[in-house]
Amino acid sequence: MNAASFRPIAPRAAPVRTEGALPWLKRSLFSNAPSTLATLVLLGLAVWWLPQLISWGLLKAVFAPSFEQCQAARGFGACWGVVTEKYRLIIFGRYPFEEQWRPLIATVAMVAALVASCIRVFWRPWLVLLWAAMLALFFGLMFGGFAGMEHVATDRWGGLPLTVLLATLSIVLAFPLAVVVALGRRSKMPAIKTLCVVYVELIRGVPLISVLFMASFMFPLFMPPGTSIDVLLRVLVGITLFSGAYMAEIVRGGLQAIPKGQQEAADTLGLSYWQAQRKIILPQALALVVPGIMNNFIAIFKDTSLVTIVSLYELTGAMGLALNSDSDWRPFKIEAYLFIAAIYFIFCFSMSRYSLWIERRLSASKNR
Amino acid sequence: MPKKPLTRLALAAVCATGMLATLPAHAGKTLDAIKARGQLVCGVNEGLAGFSAADSQGKWAGLDVDVCKAIAAAILGDANKVKWVPLNAQQRFTALQSGEIDILSRNTTWTLTRDASLGLNFTGVTYYDGQGFMVPAKLNLKSAKQLKGATVCVQSGTTTEKNLTDFSRANNLNVKPVVFEKQEASTGAYFSGRCVAFTTDASGLASIRNKEAKNPAEHVILPDLISKEPLGPAVRRGDDEFFAIAKWVQFALIEAEDYGVTQANVDTMMKSDNPAVGRILGSTEDTGKLLGLDKNWAANAIKAVGNYGEMFERNVGPKSPLGLPRGLNNLWSNGGLMYAPPVR
Amino acid sequence: MTAPASPPTKRDWSWRSRHVRGLLYQLIALGLIGLAVWFLAHNTLQNMRVRGIQSGFDFLSSPAGFDIGERMVPYESNDPYWMAFLIGILNTLRVALVGIVLTTILGTLLGIGRFSHNALVRGLCYAYVELFRNVPILLQLLMWYLVLIDGLPSPGQQVSVFGVFYLSNGGLSYPVPVWGLGQGLAAAGALVGVVLAWLWARRARLHFEQTGQPRPVLLPAVGLVIGCALGGWLAGGAPTAWSIPAPGGFSMEGGSSLTPEFIAVLLGLTLYTASYVAEVVRAGIASVPRGQAEAASALGLSKGQQMRLVSLPQALRVIIPPMTNQFLNLTKNSSLAVAIGYPDVVSISNTAINQTGRAVECISIIMLVYLTTSLCTSVLMNWYNKRSAIKER
Repeated sequence: MNAASFRPIAPRAAPVRTEGALPWLKRSLFSNAPSTLATLVLLGLAVWWLPQLISWGLLKAVFAPSFEQCQAARGFGACWGVVTEKYRLIIFGRYPFEEQWRPLIATVAMVAALVASCIRVFWRPWLVLLWAAMLALFFGLMFGGFAGMEHVATDRWGGLPLTVLLATLSIVLAFPLAVVVALGRRSKMPAIKTLCVVYVELIRGVPLISVLFMASFMFPLFMPPGTSIDVLLRVLVGITLFSGAYMAEIVRGGLQAIPKGQQEAADTLGLSYWQAQRKIILPQALALVVPGIMNNFIAIFKDTSLVTIVSLYELTGAMGLALNSDSDWRPFKIEAYLFIAAIYFIFCFSMSRYSLWIERRLSASKNR
Repeated sequence: MPKKPLTRLALAAVCATGMLATLPAHAGKTLDAIKARGQLVCGVNEGLAGFSAADSQGKWAGLDVDVCKAIAAAILGDANKVKWVPLNAQQRFTALQSGEIDILSRNTTWTLTRDASLGLNFTGVTYYDGQGFMVPAKLNLKSAKQLKGATVCVQSGTTTEKNLTDFSRANNLNVKPVVFEKQEASTGAYFSGRCVAFTTDASGLASIRNKEAKNPAEHVILPDLISKEPLGPAVRRGDDEFFAIAKWVQFALIEAEDYGVTQANVDTMMKSDNPAVGRILGSTEDTGKLLGLDKNWAANAIKAVGNYGEMFERNVGPKSPLGLPRGLNNLWSNGGLMYAPPVR
Repeated sequence: MTAPASPPTKRDWSWRSRHVRGLLYQLIALGLIGLAVWFLAHNTLQNMRVRGIQSGFDFLSSPAGFDIGERMVPYESNDPYWMAFLIGILNTLRVALVGIVLTTILGTLLGIGRFSHNALVRGLCYAYVELFRNVPILLQLLMWYLVLIDGLPSPGQQVSVFGVFYLSNGGLSYPVPVWGLGQGLAAAGALVGVVLAWLWARRARLHFEQTGQPRPVLLPAVGLVIGCALGGWLAGGAPTAWSIPAPGGFSMEGGSSLTPEFIAVLLGLTLYTASYVAEVVRAGIASVPRGQAEAASALGLSKGQQMRLVSLPQALRVIIPPMTNQFLNLTKNSSLAVAIGYPDVVSISNTAINQTGRAVECISIIMLVYLTTSLCTSVLMNWYNKRSAIKER
């Protein structure tokens, strides 16, 4: 070994860290000039605005149901006292005050059944029985009239129970209608296809509010003289027809995604039309459209707020009712609005998260 | 389910025709329906203090409410056998036309168009009113004619819109109406300052100022009444029997005030020797039989709600929160317009 | 050798034939629907006869008798009902068209922002979409209206910007030019400029396809439009008359104004629909394979050029059908303006129903209006879709 020919090379620079908090900050927030500018502007806005928001919403807010304190805090403190004072009227509408435990239990039962239907473990035949029992419990509690509970007519129902009821029932009832209409639209018989197309395009082309007006103004004229239909029933029919048209399109999309070979194989096996649909096509199609149906459910849940315009007092309408006749609390309407916006947000956000999750789970077999 | 498709079809056809055949084919007489149901279905305002408003326990009170209670007492003997259906201005006529309610007692103005083309009959006038304006006191306005170019909040679907337009055109005011679907939206907009003025029937103005203004003294009701608004209940056309009953219950309440029969002294007045009082209360003559009612029809009605004067005082009179004077609604003998045909 | 004659087709009228069964099912379905329609119509006519309700569209030519607060064409209260409905339709279209333009711009920016490198921008876009998507539109409209009415000063204490714009809870007033010959010629000049700009863009594109040299398009186009408008204005005598709003009496005199109802409806609809449009745009851009963006970078295109020339045209294919849906939703949601006092066609129809009692006729007019708008929008977007579709071999 020749000692003179061994020349050590200069040490290389230490590797730059690419993982960790600081490199991430540099990469994502300050990577180039426009990005740095955007970050500084946004941080500046946050620093200026967030403390004001927290001070208004939490620190200086009034939580006690006393409108003198609210009046004193006006302008720099939120009045959450309006929620503390009126939350029962907002959530339960005009339901008799002492009997409000009944809609509470009924709503909790319905929401529990909905949540149970979302968990894959419960997708068994006895889920249908569970739903039947839950519906019986719901209507039994809300109507009353037995076991010492006083009878409460449907015009007193309101608030959150009404919202959940309208959304759930309309989806449950519209589902068979949607499947039939989707199958009809794909059928080769021209008359049935035309009927289904006309129904779907007619309903999808008009706003829900005109369907509700038609249901509440004109439905009584369509019935024989002397019959009288409950307002809730009319609105339910209107919303069901509306959501049925949208769901029919979703189911049709699922049916179109099934390869033709499945139908041909069913024909080869000698299955009749309905047997093929029941055993082969529909199970596959419906598994595909579950995310779409969830999205439709979210949309219908939000659209139930429109029944306020035909004087059924669900959540939005109940809030109007609670505050309009009370001039003391009326200046604090914005806090009440934020309260029900928060309720809607919680429901809809959880449903949309669930929809994304179920979509990933159901298509897991395809994304290997 | 039979297996052969033809049989299935035949079964379906039979069921369908069976269903159609069992639907009711009669146009029910209202009185029979009420007696069979055991309840009068009365359409009222969703919430107008003094006329029909529900408290937080769900008990309804007001002038229009009392009219329905009187009719229920006259027909069924019990003023509480009423189902209250709150209606907004758009639904009220369709609800009556379709049979959803028996009688509409919702501070409705009696006009030609409504009487002639909507299939209703007005049973009389319970409150002679006029349309007025409410403005903030600080504007120091003395008359509605000073509202040139002003924005006016108004509720849609009422005669108010039409009257405002006529008044604006007649006086060259060019007012800008801001029209809302719901009453609370229009009052809310006025109290937030969106509009310079708010217009509706003067009785409604008093009720709204009292109930919804933070400081009622900050708003004035201008003295001009720009239209005639006779408010009264309405029933469907085609049932003269029920029409007569509704009319005469009202007339009986006015007659009762004429003759001094009050809620408290009905039983003592039963023994009175005034033949007119005897006819009203049914102690000497049975007028109820002619209407299809029990002979104590008027006595039950008066016991339930008092005479017209007591109804007025309790709900909208000077001592009530609305504080409205009797004015045109006084008896004819006191210079007002309340004149009932005699019960005889 | 001639082909053998085909055997005569035997019409099989037995139950086993699928054709025969299909015919029978259709006849039964039509029969049932026909029966149902007859039943409903018969009941309606009977009800209307019993109640003495009149029917027919003759009320459209009788005087309306009510005033409308906001209108785009002149209207007197004794103009006929069809004129009132026309005003309602114009109001609906006005808010729908402006809303569609604004929501496309905002939604596209938000959708592209979801792909930004900056984590704050990405997070903000995500938060916006989730927040505005999960609250009902009616609630949002009511909240915006409340904020505008309560938050802005009352008309007596309006805020003035530059002395010509006035903001209060009675509306936003702005100056407008007094319309005369000069302004008319300026508008005509602008139209001519638009046509010339389009011709220039076409020529530039043809030149690029033939020789490969790009010619500037945007600046010359803008210059042509402005130049022709200026030429028209000068030809008309260079008028400078403006109508400036000034406080007077109970309302502003002069100028033009946007009512708070219009602003609230526009804000609410735009912000709500923009969150859906952002999701549509995001899904569209995500559907373009990543290799395209990488190839564009390899060719030396800047990020903006890559988005504009490579990603967006391919993403348009996936974006347009759901975008059509969102435009239709916005138009249909404008019917909710009836809750906050904006006189759109549903609000006018409500007043007409109450004054004439013709519920069936008025509601069918509304449904016809919305159906026609939906069909027109669908046809337009289908045409645009076909035009921008990638021609695959």
